[in-house]
Amino acid sequence: MLTMLTVECKSASAVAGRLWRSMMGGLIALTVSASMAAETLPMKELAPGVFVFNGVTAEQDAHNRGAISNLGFVVGSRCVAVIDTGGSPAVGAALRETVRQKTALPVCYVINTHVHPDHLLGNQAFVADKPEFVGHAKLPAALAARGRNYIASAERLMGEAGRGLELVAPTRTVSGEDTLDLGGRVLRLRAWPTAHTDNDLTVLDETSGTLFAGDLLFVGHMPVVDGKLLGWIKVNAQLAALDVKRVVSGHGDAGPAWRDAFAKQGNYLQALADQTRAAIKAGRKLAQAADEVARDQVGDWELADLFHKRNVTAAYAELEWED
Amino acid sequence: MSISRRLAFLLAGFLWVAGVQAADDGSDTAIWGKVKTLLVGDRPVIDDTAGSVIELEAPVRAEDAAVVPLAVRTKQQPGGVHVSKVHLVIDENPSPIGGTFTFSPIAGRADIETRVRIEAYSWVRALAETSDGKVYMARRYVKASGGCSAPAGKDQEEAMARLGKMKLKLDDDAVAGQPSAAQLMISHPNSSGLAMDQLTRLYVPPHFVRRVEVSYAGEPVMTADVDFSISENPNFRFWFVPKGEGELKAVIVDSKDLKFESAVAIRPGMKGGS
Repeated sequence: MLTMLTVECKSASAVAGRLWRSMMGGLIALTVSASMAAETLPMKELAPGVFVFNGVTAEQDAHNRGAISNLGFVVGSRCVAVIDTGGSPAVGAALRETVRQKTALPVCYVINTHVHPDHLLGNQAFVADKPEFVGHAKLPAALAARGRNYIASAERLMGEAGRGLELVAPTRTVSGEDTLDLGGRVLRLRAWPTAHTDNDLTVLDETSGTLFAGDLLFVGHMPVVDGKLLGWIKVNAQLAALDVKRVVSGHGDAGPAWRDAFAKQGNYLQALADQTRAAIKAGRKLAQAADEVARDQVGDWELADLFHKRNVTAAYAELEWED
Repeated sequence: MSISRRLAFLLAGFLWVAGVQAADDGSDTAIWGKVKTLLVGDRPVIDDTAGSVIELEAPVRAEDAAVVPLAVRTKQQPGGVHVSKVHLVIDENPSPIGGTFTFSPIAGRADIETRVRIEAYSWVRALAETSDGKVYMARRYVKASGGCSAPAGKDQEEAMARLGKMKLKLDDDAVAGQPSAAQLMISHPNSSGLAMDQLTRLYVPPHFVRRVEVSYAGEPVMTADVDFSISENPNFRFWFVPKGEGELKAVIVDSKDLKFESAVAIRPGMKGGS
């Protein structure tokens, strides 16, 4: 059961993927349990000292235990910064174990790119390391407003993996910009105006030119508007123009084609804004708009059934205040 | 007994059992029991599954837990009986009584549309009190949304920055003597408050719209007693019957006793807006 996370699956069909993971999970559990004490995550080293885990594109459930977002860590000469911790304590613990296997240096920072549970419910696995927990200046308020609901829904969504949750709030917050020194390696943090959420934080590793964009970039997985659509359209254009070597998205992996991924995301967000505005102007009500708007966009994304109507709903509630 | 008859008999038995199970659909929650007594006392609540008096439109799944559109439609009753009050109940919310709407005869229709927060999988109910003292209920089960959705505001700072800004407008041209739909939008965080958290040390007290009073030419149309089950930036669509020139006016009072108002001049035949 625990080793399921070590199987990366890119199956087009979620059902087939789940079956495959269950089968492989069972097989590997037999072979690995004898040789490995604790569970780890399969991580790619994108550049020296920059490690990334790509979560599966799915809603959190008992099988994936919330390992549905991308997680990373960066190793300096003094210590390690972890960037997002996954959707459950089990995923956080597997990430921590992975760090332990790559380096003996302590974890001095745990950075959360935003409030969503699939990025931050693994925080509690790192409390014993006594790192600074770093987040956007608006993260504490967002966590206070949503945390109780995230805890309540975690067990419904993930079963056992959703139990025993404790929220870990930031001990250091960022408004504007900040830097973290890992020893010979500087991370540049930037707190953005409301976009995907009202607490989006990006992390740039200057040494390798790697930008951890959090959910300001979705790849494959339909973008989710939980902040401000018009704000995100602006931020999206700014990020797409950044002079960096690579971008780690919050979901999915565009590899070197990250500028195309920003363009595709920008097109979706713009279509959502344009068509929602048109629906409001035509006197369509919210529930009607949710059923009708931007249906031409849904085929381009995974999990559109879960998120597209929601995006239209959020867009409508935002844009009806224009004029 | 022939095989087909036996099958028919079995099928009838199966349908009967299924019918019984459908009626026992888990809608009699403990919270509902308490709320019912609070709202209507001992009066029986008629489960209006046919929608002869009241209908409730709600999505099967709350796409965004913070903004779930609900529409309540009532029907004209024979013999001058009319719906005078509508209650909205969301069983699983921290404050299950989302709102009580009182309609005067010049509302024309005791219909209301609004958007609510839905905390979890929940029964949502609309109750109609009629002028002959009866109580009817329409209900829908709404599934919660996905894991990253929460019934919290998206951008509280922005909602606060334009606190009290209102829009009041008609859907279509006002026609004298015909019920006309109007929409009221209020920029307000409508927050339940943030609980003190040992780690964040945050405490933000509740701040929500508690009363909405709509009048037309000085006569009451609709009043709503509401709370933070209504979404951020509360939004109501209601009806009134224009007769001649007059002002359609909405007065809002929030939980800090801040008062906001908005009005639009109505001239039948002209589209109004503010």
